[in-house]
Amino acid sequence: MSPATPPRARRIALDREPTLAEDRHRSPLGHPIDELRVAPPSGAAPPAAASVSASRRNGLQDRPSIPPATVTERMAIEAVSLAYGEKWVVREVSLPVRQGEVLALIGASGSGKTTLLRSLNRLTEITAGATRAGRIALDGQEIESMEVNELRRRVSMVFQQPNPFPMSIFENVAYALREEHAPGRRRRRRSRRELEPEVIDALRRAGLYEEVAADLDHPALRLSGGQQQRLCIARALAVKPEVLLLDEPCSALDPISTATIEQLIVGLRSDVAIVIVTHNLQQAMRVADHVAFMHLGELVEYGTSAQMFDSPRNQRTRDYVGGAFG
Amino acid sequence: MAGEPHVLPSPAAVRKARPRDSVGSWPLIDRVAFGLCWTVGIGLCVAAAAIIVFMFVKGIAYVRPSLLIESPQAGASEATSGGFLDPLVGTLLLTASGTAIAAPLGVATAVWLSEYARPAALARAVESGVETIAGSPSVVLAIFGLFVFSRPFLAFLSQTSAGGSVFGRSFLTAGAIMAMLALPLIVGATREGLAQVPGHVREASYALGKSKITTIRKVLLPSVRPNIAGGVTLAMGRIVGDTAIVVILLGATLHLEGAGGPPILSTLRGTGATLTSYVKYNSPAGEGNAPEKAYAAAFVLLIMVLALNALVTRLTSGREGRSDRFLAWAWLPNWRSR
Repeated sequence: MSPATPPRARRIALDREPTLAEDRHRSPLGHPIDELRVAPPSGAAPPAAASVSASRRNGLQDRPSIPPATVTERMAIEAVSLAYGEKWVVREVSLPVRQGEVLALIGASGSGKTTLLRSLNRLTEITAGATRAGRIALDGQEIESMEVNELRRRVSMVFQQPNPFPMSIFENVAYALREEHAPGRRRRRRSRRELEPEVIDALRRAGLYEEVAADLDHPALRLSGGQQQRLCIARALAVKPEVLLLDEPCSALDPISTATIEQLIVGLRSDVAIVIVTHNLQQAMRVADHVAFMHLGELVEYGTSAQMFDSPRNQRTRDYVGGAFG
Repeated sequence: MAGEPHVLPSPAAVRKARPRDSVGSWPLIDRVAFGLCWTVGIGLCVAAAAIIVFMFVKGIAYVRPSLLIESPQAGASEATSGGFLDPLVGTLLLTASGTAIAAPLGVATAVWLSEYARPAALARAVESGVETIAGSPSVVLAIFGLFVFSRPFLAFLSQTSAGGSVFGRSFLTAGAIMAMLALPLIVGATREGLAQVPGHVREASYALGKSKITTIRKVLLPSVRPNIAGGVTLAMGRIVGDTAIVVILLGATLHLEGAGGPPILSTLRGTGATLTSYVKYNSPAGEGNAPEKAYAAAFVLLIMVLALNALVTRLTSGREGRSDRFLAWAWLPNWRSR
């Protein structure tokens, strides 16, 4: 074989690609994508981006495969702006975060999605020079006025990279459950036996328990990437949060793990309000009830999943959803 | 791609067919440098091998089990001067006390430097302080230590003569200065490990409502346990091999001489010797003039240092998430709550 010929293996991969492309539109949730992409109810007036209108709720009823859950507003984001140093990276964004639905933040890199997400549990405060303006409230209470660790237990988060702690699978979840020692409160360690039901429950809700039931004492770092990410979700669920923030939770995972996690997200939304940041439009289409499209720090459009993907009102949304940029 | 399956050539055949970069085509200066690299590399290997072979040959000839269990005796000839039990115990004692002081301080310093480091000016000062200690010759540290530990208010660390002057030499004082020698190694290894822990791991802990200190104790320190173990072992090697501090701060006695009082405290406050000072004393350049004993002791010392180095390699090479990593965890007390 002459050195100029590419290795044979690569050609094989190229040959296989069309097959993969065909599969791309098959939904991992078990029902075809088309079912999710129902046209918005006729006659629904395009709602203004920052206000909550009744027509949006119809989006949920468009999805007969998943029973509509009761929708309650958990968090209110009102005219929130965020800056790193002197540069505003999020500009006056207002959004509702509701229990019973999944809110997806989409947009190109640098559009401020992740920054906005991180501000919801005040993780932005860790970054030196970060500034926040506007109001974020959890169940009517301004998050600024809450004790930060208390807030983060109520609004927990899963990150882009699976990041289990260097301990056993059991301890990863138990770590989340063990209460932080508050000054003035007597410290009491909860034993393994006390914690076990809660740990197992969290693992079960994250769809991981069956796979790891026999290996709870094995190091978490030996799990596969998809399992590690589900462990991170279990850990985040263990603290019984009201809101779960997901920052591109599948971008480091293979398609099968991604499908499992997406299924999980859809299943969880009746218990917790879910906000997911994603680069993957198909994923937003598959899991989200409402979608917010951000561009260069501004909220361009907010609407039901069906409306955002089938009949976006804004030209930039149309371009982004249509693949013109991003 | 239908039809008969394509047979791939063997990887070896592909490697052979690829044209190789040949040194002959390099510019002269590169070829000279290339040759120098090889010469120096091989030269170092030869030197290292020579030291080990020499020490093995000399050591094996003179080392006897009895040397390890007999105390040194004042004797005119090699046959009557006893073994080196006391220096061996001294080495272990000094290493233990030095490490016991250095490890917690070093880990704490590293954690502060990488996780807090505020105010920035103080962090810079601490950083250059650690670098200064790392750069100081041990004999300088020893002289400084002798000055400090001879102050009356530190008399409890060593012995006081009848005249009231503080001796300043003991396992405790030598151990304290040895800890300074060891500190930069532990700080460096721990900081390196902490720098490798990705920021999102810390954030994942904060996002569960955990405070910074809990995150450090439960997540970060267990993550860098192999680094800490590596740094501590490296530091032990450093302490085992140092002579200047022993000669100046431990005294020149060949026996462990307690300072009186409760047994262990008496020994710690008392003076003694280590293998390094024993080798120096008995070498042809020293007063004892028992070169056979010196070779035997040097051999034992070399074995100890080589064993520590092997342990360092073992502890730090498992960092890439291999299963060794978990063996390394077992090395230090397990902080994992159960």
